[in-house]
Amino acid sequence: MNALSLKKGASRKSAYDLKNPLDDRQETHTLAILVDNESGVLARVIGLFSGRGYNIDSLTVAETDHSGHRSRITVVTTGTPAVIEQIKAQLGRMVPVHDVHDLTVEGASVERELALVKVQGTGDKRVEALRISDVFRASVVDSTLESFVFQLTGAPEKIDAFIDLMRPLGLIDVARTGVAAISRGT
Amino acid sequence: MTRQMTGAKMVIQALKDQGVDTVFGYPGGAVLPIYDEIFKQNDIRHILVRHEQGATHAAEGYARSTGKPGVVLVTSGPGATNAVTGMTDALMDSIPMIVLTGQVPTFMIGNDAFQEADTVGITRPCTKHNWLVKDTDMLADTIHQAFHVATNGRPGPVLIDIPKDVQFATGTYVPPKEARVSHYAPQTEGDADMILAAVEAIEEAERPIFYTGGGVINSGPEASAVLRRFVGESGFPITSTLMGLGAYPASGEAWLGMLGMHGTYEANWAMHDCDLMLCIGARFDDRITGRTDAFSPGSVKVHVDIDPSSINKNIHVNIPIIGDVGAVLQAMYDLWVKRGRKTASEGVKAWWTQIESWKAVKSLNYTNSTETIKPQYALERLEALTKGRDRYVTTEVGQHQMWAAQFLGFEDPHRWMTSGGLGTMGYGLPASIGVQIAHPDALVINVAGEASWLMNMQEMGTAAQYRLPVKQFILNNERLGMVRQWQELLHGERYSQSWSEALPDFVKLAEAFGAKGILCSDPADLDDAIMEMLNHDGPVLFDCLVEKHENCFPMIPSGKAHNEMLLGDASTADAIDSGGAVLV
Repeated sequence: MNALSLKKGASRKSAYDLKNPLDDRQETHTLAILVDNESGVLARVIGLFSGRGYNIDSLTVAETDHSGHRSRITVVTTGTPAVIEQIKAQLGRMVPVHDVHDLTVEGASVERELALVKVQGTGDKRVEALRISDVFRASVVDSTLESFVFQLTGAPEKIDAFIDLMRPLGLIDVARTGVAAISRGT
Repeated sequence: MTRQMTGAKMVIQALKDQGVDTVFGYPGGAVLPIYDEIFKQNDIRHILVRHEQGATHAAEGYARSTGKPGVVLVTSGPGATNAVTGMTDALMDSIPMIVLTGQVPTFMIGNDAFQEADTVGITRPCTKHNWLVKDTDMLADTIHQAFHVATNGRPGPVLIDIPKDVQFATGTYVPPKEARVSHYAPQTEGDADMILAAVEAIEEAERPIFYTGGGVINSGPEASAVLRRFVGESGFPITSTLMGLGAYPASGEAWLGMLGMHGTYEANWAMHDCDLMLCIGARFDDRITGRTDAFSPGSVKVHVDIDPSSINKNIHVNIPIIGDVGAVLQAMYDLWVKRGRKTASEGVKAWWTQIESWKAVKSLNYTNSTETIKPQYALERLEALTKGRDRYVTTEVGQHQMWAAQFLGFEDPHRWMTSGGLGTMGYGLPASIGVQIAHPDALVINVAGEASWLMNMQEMGTAAQYRLPVKQFILNNERLGMVRQWQELLHGERYSQSWSEALPDFVKLAEAFGAKGILCSDPADLDDAIMEMLNHDGPVLFDCLVEKHENCFPMIPSGKAHNEMLLGDASTADAIDSGGAVLV
């Protein structure tokens, strides 16, 4: 049986550079979803992920255009290339969704997260925690004689690294905002 | 016309302005103001069902047989939750439906008030979109948007939850033309480059096949018309999913019959061996594909669908075309004509020779009997005795549904209403009511199994009340036939809970509802009994006692490929392995 040859005349837009369905590599993508800021919209988006078995690694949401009633949801998700494509298509067809941007593939982007890290300790450990926080350019937003609360912003990996370093120094609590992301340039 | 009115009146006004003539519903505390407005007018007809699920399926039947959205009105709490199955059914089968639910007053929401339920929360995953309206001034606008969303793009159910105080309060009505324009506008025109690629593939293909689905029906009569022209002039064979039956006529020369799990041998083998698959408004459902990694391995696949998320969801395709089926088909056809209607006709001729050899297997053959009525025979006779009539068919779910798809022929779209995606037992009776309401003079038959039929049998009261001459044609095997068949093939013939004990006397049951009951158990009496059913001007419950252990063939067992079909009982030993057994 001969396979039908596909003509090359068609555009590159989508037909022949589709994701390989047999590719089972797990990829992490950051999606920016612009939605109407209406009641239940976050539940709708989250429900899509849980209902169809997709992963949410991180999620942030806030209104970004008050007069236009628009919110921006930033989701970091992991899946095979085919699953990532499916997630984008499923999001794109939701009624309150205006736009879905895959920041991971649409050129360079900046990803930032904010963390509040509480560290308890005295003596050398306390000094070391403060010294490391300085290296990471974290700021102290609360202090007692036995504890600090550090505020740190940066890429998620930087925050991971900071938390790892604080662990042996008396880490007792972490609050992270999740990733906010935006494309570079115009 | 004054624009100031109560929310309840606004609902009626908005429905009128949207061209609604019929509402299927059931009253209750939280929708009393709307029912009061229904009482005061005559433009919109309200059909009182017996259960809210019945209202949703009736609305589906109405929608599927007319192409217009079906409208449902139910109360809060249990009214809304009872409608969930019908909404999920409509979502799976892309049926446009507007569901209006009452809600407890806004100031009581969240208080666990009487008949309160989080309706928008519960129905979020089973609607295309839903709204809770908290301000009467927003109500008309929301209703107009709901119609826009339900009927544009891939159709589906939407829900508007209206608290009782919003119904009582006065606000400003907005007619459809002045309503806020929704940004929801799915792409309808296909990409020109993709269409060119598809046409080039059509010109070269030696083993092409059209594989069409419910999207062709949803796209409207023009889509079916251009499909017929395209198939006719190209000489390509065509098969269809369960949902797409009637888009191309069953009497057409190129028709291979339905494909899929219980599709014909020729349709499935042609799908497996083709070199070009033209998937038009279908979605590569698991009932169609069988084992996906062995699905039509040698073909270039074109997929036309208005829903981008259908592309590459189950099957990787080569030429995706996002757009309205009718518009894209027309563009493909026009381009193909403009380029000279080329096909690889020699190859296609050889392909047809191959297909004829598959047809010769006669996969729908069954062993008839003079003792008992075979369900296939009953449907063959029903087909013969109703052919050429202005006929609409609904079904319940199970073996009878598959046999109906195999043995009844559909010549036109919108004539076949069945629960495909969700597989909802209890769909057929209320759906037949919705169809009959929309087509009062037509012959409407619900092909049913006794177990499915009992699931929404209360709707016989609706049929009686509105003097709807719906014919309930029950193939009664006193079994959950499809469950029994799977238990035979998969579970060592241990028939756990799959028989119908203590069945009612259906003739007496019909009479209790004020309908006519007919019992038939002898093949020799069947024609006369069917004619008696057809000639009766009123609802009929036809209890057709059929062979109890008949299996539905052909069948692609779970986890198998199209070329591993079972043709009959002799071939079923060890047909399904443990991997297939976990599939549904």
